[in-house]
Amino acid sequence: MGNVIVVTSGKGGVGKTTSTAAIGAALAEAGKRVCVVDFDVGLRNLDLVLGAERRVVYDFINVAQGDAKLSQALIRDKRVETLFLLAASQTRDKDALTDDGVERVIGELKASFDWVVCDSPAGIERGALLAMRFADTAVVVANPEVSSVRDSDRIIGLLDSRTRRAEGGQRIDKHLLLTRYDPNRSARGEMLSVADVLEILSIPLVGIIPESEEILRASNVGAPITMNAGAGVAAKAYRDAARRLAGEPVPLVLPSEKRPFFSRLFGRRAA
Amino acid sequence: MNLLKMFQARGSAPVARERLQILLAHERVRLGPEDLLTRLRDDLIATILRHVEIDPAKVMVKLDGDAAVSILEIDIEIPREKIVGDGKRRPLGGEELISAA
Repeated sequence: MGNVIVVTSGKGGVGKTTSTAAIGAALAEAGKRVCVVDFDVGLRNLDLVLGAERRVVYDFINVAQGDAKLSQALIRDKRVETLFLLAASQTRDKDALTDDGVERVIGELKASFDWVVCDSPAGIERGALLAMRFADTAVVVANPEVSSVRDSDRIIGLLDSRTRRAEGGQRIDKHLLLTRYDPNRSARGEMLSVADVLEILSIPLVGIIPESEEILRASNVGAPITMNAGAGVAAKAYRDAARRLAGEPVPLVLPSEKRPFFSRLFGRRAA
Repeated sequence: MNLLKMFQARGSAPVARERLQILLAHERVRLGPEDLLTRLRDDLIATILRHVEIDPAKVMVKLDGDAAVSILEIDIEIPREKIVGDGKRRPLGGEELISAA
């Protein structure tokens, strides 16, 4: 039976889709069977980030409503053969997804995949609640910024109350993924530090993704950042996060301050 | 004093942290009694772990009841082998469900 992860945040634009694609690809490249599922009905983007936007024929709602078989809707990645995508519907309204329909599709996915990674829509409405509903594990994506941290806190409350596991009296595993982190700004006291965010949200940290140019490049070309042995720091940070999710004890190091020699000489002024 | 300030308050991050801490303390109280269950569950698991080895995934904490009373239901599954009586370890096999309702 596979493990269901929801990648969620409350706030939009913090990196849920990028993180879903990167973590999904990293787990698949480690040899696991992975399906990434887009829950953002009407505003799907996971297909685009994965470079599969022209291959979507059937989507999640078609399967949930019984108009297509799961096997017809799954899109196999052309680069990593154990990575699959179940796209969201682009046209229909979000009420087309029902609790029962989602439960059945997730159940089917769990039976044939090691990992089912659900990309939640932003907000705390129906779509976001459905994305987390059947999850075993949650990855809460946050930026070191006040509105993102506040929304993450709200999402953590919902994970503890509105998921199937929480309703059954069980706990859901929650992990914090801190994205767009800038160690230099944090060191200068201009950005919340990792310790600040951890103290406020008090859930365990699964990874720190530094602000990086690689990320835009990856989405430009439609290849998750972890693919093709991406060598940058962000790619490595995502791969490490995926290994931690899989239970491997990978030590977590704070991204180092990398400042050019001259700016170090002249201190803060030049940075 | 001014010189001291220059060294102490360098950026705006401490302000952000403080504002968040105050805001979230309020919002958590206002928005969620559900959070009570999580905290209870975590505390219970920590307490029991001090005495018996258990799997945190096998701890169930539920709040049920009607308009008049709430019933806190706690189910903790402890493998029989972990429970030691009269100084001897009990035989392996079988799991015991300890239930307190």
